[in-house]
Amino acid sequence: MESSDKLIRLDDMDNVLIARCDIKKGERILIENKEIEMKTDVKLGFKVASKAIIPEEKIIKFRTPIGSATMPIEIGDVVHVHNMKSDYSPTYTIQNQNEYEGH
Amino acid sequence: MKDIEWKGYARKDGSKGIRNVLLVVYLVECAHHVSSEIASGFNKNEVQVIGFGGCYPNSHADKVMRRLCTHPNVGGALLVSLGCESFNRFKLAKTIEETGRPVSTLVIQEEGGTSKAIARGTEWVRSALHQLQNTPSVKMGVKDLVIGTICGGSDATSGISGNPAVGLTFDRLVEDKAITIFEETGEMIGFEDHIASRAKTKALGDELRKSIQKAARYYTIMGHASFAPGNADGGLSTIEEKSLGAYSKGGKSEIAGLLKPGDIPTQPGLYLLDVVPDGEPRFGFPNINDNAEISELMACGSHIILFVTGRGSVVGSPIAPVIKICSNPDTYEQMEEDMDINAGKVISGELNLKESSNEIISAILSTAAGNKTASEALGHQEFVLLYKSFQPAGPSCLP
Repeated sequence: MESSDKLIRLDDMDNVLIARCDIKKGERILIENKEIEMKTDVKLGFKVASKAIIPEEKIIKFRTPIGSATMPIEIGDVVHVHNMKSDYSPTYTIQNQNEYEGH
Repeated sequence: MKDIEWKGYARKDGSKGIRNVLLVVYLVECAHHVSSEIASGFNKNEVQVIGFGGCYPNSHADKVMRRLCTHPNVGGALLVSLGCESFNRFKLAKTIEETGRPVSTLVIQEEGGTSKAIARGTEWVRSALHQLQNTPSVKMGVKDLVIGTICGGSDATSGISGNPAVGLTFDRLVEDKAITIFEETGEMIGFEDHIASRAKTKALGDELRKSIQKAARYYTIMGHASFAPGNADGGLSTIEEKSLGAYSKGGKSEIAGLLKPGDIPTQPGLYLLDVVPDGEPRFGFPNINDNAEISELMACGSHIILFVTGRGSVVGSPIAPVIKICSNPDTYEQMEEDMDINAGKVISGELNLKESSNEIISAILSTAAGNKTASEALGHQEFVLLYKSFQPAGPSCLP
């Protein structure tokens, strides 16, 4: 299991890492031995892709599928409601919850 | 933890409470104001208001009200009726009386209106409080406790710190022969096989699986999962991800039984509370908010509620003290007065899960011994009880 100051890997099977603190856009973070520049701010608890993910691929957290990608996701991208969806029922959001979109 | 003892309240029906609450109970919304006015003249921690708003009869509401009015933390009750509602006040009063608790029924229409009813009710509460002062004490230990858990205002930290810390606490409570209850089958969708594999018997496993399939169907018909926009603000992307965190607060113990609201377990162990109504959906969402779930955990006998929050819930409850466990270190800093435990220390790396669980256990013991939780000190007593319909739990559901 890998974990750094800023990101935690919860399980070896996962394709997302978890931010253990707020991370600023432009910060350079080591992910899978690659230095990645963050394209957006990342808030505490949010998910960051630890590898490239293709559309419809399952998002795996704690070794468990938590939904599917809706678009190509690059290593270091935030993974949230703008690029993934539930495989059970749609996620209900209000106002500015697609803030990661368009970055 | 096993050897720690404190003094609780001995009830004539044999139960042991950690609080000695006098309830003022409205039997329809029309009697709510009179009830609140009666209670307002007394100490908030001693006299508390609960009630059922509906004018139509409902056997689930009847059962929950009977359980709450005879809860181990409750010393007596004043029932406040308008006079024409459907709630069977006679049956409720008789149930309370049979447990040896002081009870009186105030019918507003018979008393001659609001002011007279408030005056009469206040007088009765004053004398009943006097009586409650003489409640005998009894030694209590962890084996006498029923602990319920719920998470509300969850975010992406809930499943990493607060919920697993409660799960570990539950494992340790079960080891020491307490009864523990977790709930919200709507947040276990997708885990039915895993939950079934933890059942004490295969027949119970089948019941557990069915209860989650029922929840999946019910929420699909409602057109909305157990998910709020704030969950997404906090980094939870889907109901599956929220469920993953929520499920962890039950810990890893074998599951001893499946409860319906108002079923009181008698054997130690971990129980799942099925909060989703049986049959075709009739009255709307299974639980419209966190307090509706707390009411049902209390109706199953919970002395204390462990409430995990990431976004920052402020709620408390009448009857059973709520211990607020904040999973997010930033939220804790922002809303410290509302929180009892900072499980966010697990995220910031100050504590491991075991150490965080130690803090939760200390809070349970301190609360059981009479110390006020944050929500008690702030006077939070949110309460919700709504219409539901249930079939009795099947024979394989209880040990």
